[in-house]
Amino acid sequence: MAETSDGDIDYGESALIARLQAGDADAYADLVRTQGPRMLAVARRILRADDDAADAVQEAFISAFRAIGNFEGGAKLSTWLHRIVVNASLMRLRNRTRRPEVSIDELLPRFEDGQHVDEPREWRSPEPLDALERRETRQLVRSLIDELPTDYRTVLMLRDIEGLDTKETAELLGVTPNAAKIRLHRARLALRTKLDPHMRERGAT
Amino acid sequence: MNCRECTDFLHDYLAGDLPESQQRVFEGHLELCPPCLTFLESYRKTVKHCEHVKDEPADALPESLVKAILAARSTPR
Repeated sequence: MAETSDGDIDYGESALIARLQAGDADAYADLVRTQGPRMLAVARRILRADDDAADAVQEAFISAFRAIGNFEGGAKLSTWLHRIVVNASLMRLRNRTRRPEVSIDELLPRFEDGQHVDEPREWRSPEPLDALERRETRQLVRSLIDELPTDYRTVLMLRDIEGLDTKETAELLGVTPNAAKIRLHRARLALRTKLDPHMRERGAT
Repeated sequence: MNCRECTDFLHDYLAGDLPESQQRVFEGHLELCPPCLTFLESYRKTVKHCEHVKDEPADALPESLVKAILAARSTPR
């Protein structure tokens, strides 16, 4: 039985799963229309190209349709589908030819005798007040993330944006949890460097 | 602890994974080092900005994609 976050049985979701497992065509159409938009957004974030993202979503749904018979309802459908589309997107990403990339080292903070070389500046709050500022900030952050070297961009996406935990992320990337943690930390440091000129308190030099 | 070491521990500190003795040393450094305190805040805000990327609205799937997905389901393997 599908459960809601507070442990109550979600009869709506359980009924949908039963219809899917019985091969009900309308149930499949419902699933694609309700879950598809979020899945496409995830694929677009990971792949940065709309055609590839659409293909990844299609592959994800096909995998899901094949596996629905084994779905036991222990997790929410949306969580299960989220994992499938993340996986499908990562596989496409892996198959792309790599372009030459900037080294992460150039983006990490510098130290001399153990102390900061570049004095850190105060940042303004990440909570902008209106919808336009929120959208512009999101677009800026996304474009700067897209400039990171691929391996670092991917781990940042999976952990801090898609919300996967260290263990899941490490498994998907084929590295140890400790390696995933270190890579994430360096990705965050690199993104911080890129964001810094845009985020300083207004009026600061 | 110096600033370089303090920076190395940021991830674990924010995740609540630093052993207590190390946490005390870390926080002791922050009390004496305004640059590292400022750096920690900007690191924390960087993570917050990443979390907000998810807030972008999800547009409806193009109808052509919906049809392609449902057609692929009906296609025998």
